Amino acid sequence: MQKRFVAIWFRHLKTDWLIKRQPQLAQTAFALALQDHGRLRITEVSAIAKAKGIYAGMVAADAKVLVPGIQIVDDQENLSAGLLEKMGHWSIRFTPVAAVDFPDGLILDVSGCAHLWGGEETYLKDMLNRFKKLGYHTRVAIADTIGTAWAISRYGRVKAIIGTGEQAASITPLPPAALRLPAEVTERLHKLGLYQVGSFMNMQRSVLRRRFGKELLLRLNQALGLEEEIITPLCPVEPWQERLPCMEPITTRKGIEAALEQLLQQLCSRMQRNGIGIRKAVLNCYRVDDDIQTVSVETNHASLNGSHLFKLFELEISLLKPGWGIELFVLEAVKTEDVKPVQETFFTLNSSLQSRELAELLDNLAARFGNAAINRYLPAEHHLPEKSLQLASSLDEQPSIAWPSGKVRPIHLLREPQQIEVTAPIPDYPPMNFRYKGKLHTVKKADACERIEAEWWIARGLHRDYYVVEDEEGKRYWLFRLGHYDEQVKPGWFIHGFFE
Amino acid sequence: MKSINLDIINRVKKDILTLQGFKTLPADNTVRIGIPTIEANFPNAVFPTGCMHEFISQTIEDAAATNAFVAALSGRLMQFGGACAWISATRTLFPSALKRFGLEPHQIIFIDLQKEKEVLFAMEEALKCNRLTTVIAEVKDVDFKMSRRFQLATEKSRVTGFILRHQPRTANTIACVSRWRISSIASEPQAGMPGVGFPRWNVALQKVRNGIPGNWQIEWAGNSFADVTKQDSKIISMPLLKVG
Repeated sequence: MQKRFVAIWFRHLKTDWLIKRQPQLAQTAFALALQDHGRLRITEVSAIAKAKGIYAGMVAADAKVLVPGIQIVDDQENLSAGLLEKMGHWSIRFTPVAAVDFPDGLILDVSGCAHLWGGEETYLKDMLNRFKKLGYHTRVAIADTIGTAWAISRYGRVKAIIGTGEQAASITPLPPAALRLPAEVTERLHKLGLYQVGSFMNMQRSVLRRRFGKELLLRLNQALGLEEEIITPLCPVEPWQERLPCMEPITTRKGIEAALEQLLQQLCSRMQRNGIGIRKAVLNCYRVDDDIQTVSVETNHASLNGSHLFKLFELEISLLKPGWGIELFVLEAVKTEDVKPVQETFFTLNSSLQSRELAELLDNLAARFGNAAINRYLPAEHHLPEKSLQLASSLDEQPSIAWPSGKVRPIHLLREPQQIEVTAPIPDYPPMNFRYKGKLHTVKKADACERIEAEWWIARGLHRDYYVVEDEEGKRYWLFRLGHYDEQVKPGWFIHGFFE
Repeated sequence: MKSINLDIINRVKKDILTLQGFKTLPADNTVRIGIPTIEANFPNAVFPTGCMHEFISQTIEDAAATNAFVAALSGRLMQFGGACAWISATRTLFPSALKRFGLEPHQIIFIDLQKEKEVLFAMEEALKCNRLTTVIAEVKDVDFKMSRRFQLATEKSRVTGFILRHQPRTANTIACVSRWRISSIASEPQAGMPGVGFPRWNVALQKVRNGIPGNWQIEWAGNSFADVTKQDSKIISMPLLKVG
């Protein structure tokens, strides 16, 4: 995916913060100052003071001469760092990856975030408005690289949204300082008459390096997107992953098992501290010849039991082809779930479905025979017997309705009802006898019919009239007649189940 | 002197039963299946749990009767809660019907496999899991060696296992505590009522280790067993068979 970055520049970070705390300062010229070599030096100036010609780095005494009414406020050492961190955490609302750009900005990785606001324009507008509401004057820019976004947010004049691949064109008219260069490099560039990035951007690289040092090339490449730049997010996205690089490539099963055991133990103990269990784990083995071998296991319950997971993996290890050897193992919990803490008991009187041992038994069976082999049923709200069940999705799932108890259902239900020949009095009586698989059964006893309508709102079909019958040997069957009696179309009789 | 010897012999007998895997807990702590006439034929007059029981059926109707009887037995064993695994490669059991036999259908885990061999493997694994109360497996044939493994697993985990053999090639002896044959017989509706009555079975306990085989007619009367054996067909006097 194309990376997109937003650079936010707080133009008057500390003064805006002060005005927020002391609103009366908003109308006055004031500056922040810090002790430096025995005198007060101005570190930041308010908008009004700036208009009167005060700038950061001035000695406070000079400023007082220039603007007699100026108010000098004591600065604090780590004020801007603290403020930026706070703002960074606050801007997690815009993107999960936010980083502090010391001393007066934030960098946000907004790849794939802007569309949630309906596009980059509304995204940036919302950002500006929200900061404004907080009382901060900001400038923002969005671009493919951090370097370009930073440059445009500080020095850009035309537009804040730099489209994909437009970095070079957008930074051409900007001054060299937009490249985040050290002061002496910018100074030298100015001295040589290179007032715009464009005037030296296309120069030979070796020449630039010799004259201005590596820093210039690095910053230029980063702005153009030729070199990747890494930011340190405030809230690191920590995946449930463990890595184990090997000193020597591993080719044996024993070696793989040892590595897996160690990884499982590390991952499980880390996840245990966070109360999270593994539902699906993937082991990636990086081979020396750049091939990646992957195996995965799934569990029925969120599991933190290393030895159980190892047992599941054991069946899969034989699928790995180590080739020339595996040099890196990466174990990742792809699917996780919160584990309910269970109090340890000395003994359990009642066995139950929620126990870990049972879940592990089912995992073992599922690993061998597939997940489809293990079924648990819950009642469904249908009268047709074949539709009256639904599969439970987990061991914890409880029925949402009670099991129907009033209706008699046979213990054996045929997958498909089978047609039988009957002799039956019309219109609505149970058959007198029926022939199933060549054998004639004479009906001795029968219960009244139970009519089950086809569900016309789902599918068309005829109703069924079910009868419980008992033959001369005392065997009990579940028969039904499909539809009404008709002169033309004779109704079909079927056997659908066996009673106990 | 003689009475002392008799005491010792009784105690040793009980010890032997314990070693053979029979429960000898105090009477109030054991699960009753609710058919005193059958239970009387078992050692200690307690339905043996934590061991294997074998059921043989030939016709599809008898298989249904067997399933129902076993479901009812498991329901009695699980009356204080628990879980049950039903392992089969040819399952036609309809879960909703289990409700009538005192089993909560959602408390049962159905393991539906492809081959008989897989059923045997799953059965052994399940019998080792002590969180299950009963394990029911539908298989055609089991050899003695495999059944011995089942028996050893149940003795350790105290799970009760039921092997339902439908049309086995040979009724070979396997390491089980008992062998049963269940077949359905004509029901008797309540006096003066039309229709089909409560399910009724002919329960033949063909072999039982340290017990007395017998034959009974049992009815499942809604939520409990009822012995409806006619007096003339009561316990057939048979010499003690050495089985298992």
